[in-house]
Amino acid sequence: MWRIRAFEERVGELTRADEVHGLVHLSVGQEAVAAGVCSALRVDDAVYSNHRAHGHAIAKGAPLDGLMAELMGRAGGVCRGLGGSMHLVDAAHGFLGATGVVGGNVPLALGSALAARLAGSDAVAVVFFGDGAVQAGIFAESVNLATLWALPVVLVCENNGFAEFTPRSAHTNVERVSDVVAPYGIERATVDGNDVLAVQAAFAPFLAGARRGEGPFLLECLTHRLRGHYEGDPAHYREAVAAKEWQRLDPILRLQRALGVDGGGEEAQARADVEAAVAAARESPFPDARLSQALVYA
Amino acid sequence: MATHELPYIAAIEEAIREEMERDPSVLYFGQNIATHENDPFLKQFGSDRVRVTPISETAEIGMATGVALAGYRPVVELYMAEFMLVAMDQVVNEANRFHYMSKGQVTVPLVLKAGYGFTAGWAGQHTGTIYGMFMGVPGLKVAVPATAADAKGLMTTAIRDDNPVAYFHHYLLTLEHGDVPDGEYAVPFGEAAVRREGGDVTIVAIGWMVDRALAAAEQLAGEGIQAEVIDPRTLAPLDTATILRSVEKTGRLVVVDQSTRHGSAAAVIAAEVAEEGFSALKAPVKLVTALDATIPYSQPMEDYLLPDEAKIVAAVHEIAAAVPA
Repeated sequence: MWRIRAFEERVGELTRADEVHGLVHLSVGQEAVAAGVCSALRVDDAVYSNHRAHGHAIAKGAPLDGLMAELMGRAGGVCRGLGGSMHLVDAAHGFLGATGVVGGNVPLALGSALAARLAGSDAVAVVFFGDGAVQAGIFAESVNLATLWALPVVLVCENNGFAEFTPRSAHTNVERVSDVVAPYGIERATVDGNDVLAVQAAFAPFLAGARRGEGPFLLECLTHRLRGHYEGDPAHYREAVAAKEWQRLDPILRLQRALGVDGGGEEAQARADVEAAVAAARESPFPDARLSQALVYA
Repeated sequence: MATHELPYIAAIEEAIREEMERDPSVLYFGQNIATHENDPFLKQFGSDRVRVTPISETAEIGMATGVALAGYRPVVELYMAEFMLVAMDQVVNEANRFHYMSKGQVTVPLVLKAGYGFTAGWAGQHTGTIYGMFMGVPGLKVAVPATAADAKGLMTTAIRDDNPVAYFHHYLLTLEHGDVPDGEYAVPFGEAAVRREGGDVTIVAIGWMVDRALAAAEQLAGEGIQAEVIDPRTLAPLDTATILRSVEKTGRLVVVDQSTRHGSAAAVIAAEVAEEGFSALKAPVKLVTALDATIPYSQPMEDYLLPDEAKIVAAVHEIAAAVPA
């Protein structure tokens, strides 16, 4: 989680300095969901994410250097600068991608799950999405199809109570995402998404089930997006969490308290790794502009 | 090359079936595609590879995109081009951009099969010619077969292509018979077919309009005007070179397209020729397209809107008359 936290905080600074360009959505505060879920996955498990994808990519094993270079639009980026923050792909680690259109990623995961089944593999698919995606038609279509075909996919909802700039209550009358899928009769759970041990414990039986070829499953993780929707969002629409309250909620501090550890060493290492990634990214050249034509078609 | 006579629709199915026989990674999804256990595709390939989907195009196409990312080759039967509109995000924001935005880490070898242009009283939402919406979507290829042989050959190529392909088959060509090559037959993308040679005017026509253009060419021949009829076969990639070579020869171009004017492939083709072939043109480029209206139900109104042989002939007359022969 420290790697994600350090990376995201650094990216926030680099965005303000315009070294990271364009639209960026940071996941500070939501690290426990990415870490709790992805720590149990294999390279051949397919993970899809949304626009707030850096944490999921890191947790799935994408290299910090490649990610940082990608956010700086450099040739050394995992997508050679073609994808950027919302379209990260690191296929070698099974991170099939971020997507910038809310809900667009959900059906893709069904395809990966189906492919695993057709190949006779016990690989699973996991898709991360926010509470804001749940009201899009594609979500219902995907849950329906996944249930109909009993696909080995785990739908992981990061319910941080906000979809862009409005609270969940402005989006739907159904407070809990796990209640939205209740009519499909699938196994589901709601967990404290800021407690990484609870996330791991809740995810484990779903993962085991998916490896047996069962599914789909839905894990709703109640969490908190500490920063704005995007970097630069003044976030007038909600009250900032008081520092004291954040001490209580912060997933990293909570784990450290639970384990009785200090975490200072981990933090230092993470920040050092991130700084090394920044240095490497700054050295990486911008890609040849002609690349923008060459890869349109396979 | 040995051939057998088949209707257009059977030629498409033959391509899908033969590719599924050759390549176990080819899958077939769609609403109602196998409604009973004796369905030939289901019997031959089984319910793992041939799957009926619920009415949920976005999930169908999204799921197919995901399975393509994992290395399979899905063909999604959509029936009507308009139904693809329901899933536009998956078609123009997801499937098409993965290879490019991942710097080539992944591919999406997906075929979206959809019928179009069924101007037979189905009206509005089941009748449009909307391939124009899909030209210019980066990463997406667009095939528009006009003959049974091309229906087979372009579907074979579509399945083998590592890119997503929107394969639009014209509903009014469904029962048109043609000589279809036996066995393995692939028509390359980006190669137009010259259906009729002639030196006086170039007529580019798409889909069902090819036959209308050939009929117009017959009539024009009787008047001493020899038309060259070109069928692009794919709109993306588009074989502008063949069209330009023809315009070099004839100096006059008419483009016939069942789409509405500003949504047409004709407008794109005309612009390409106006820019690249300007010095060869002896007259303005003429577009013969549907009028800008949703296709209505009542038959005389439907006929009024659509391009036909008479309108093509009239367009040729307009530009043949512009400069003395």
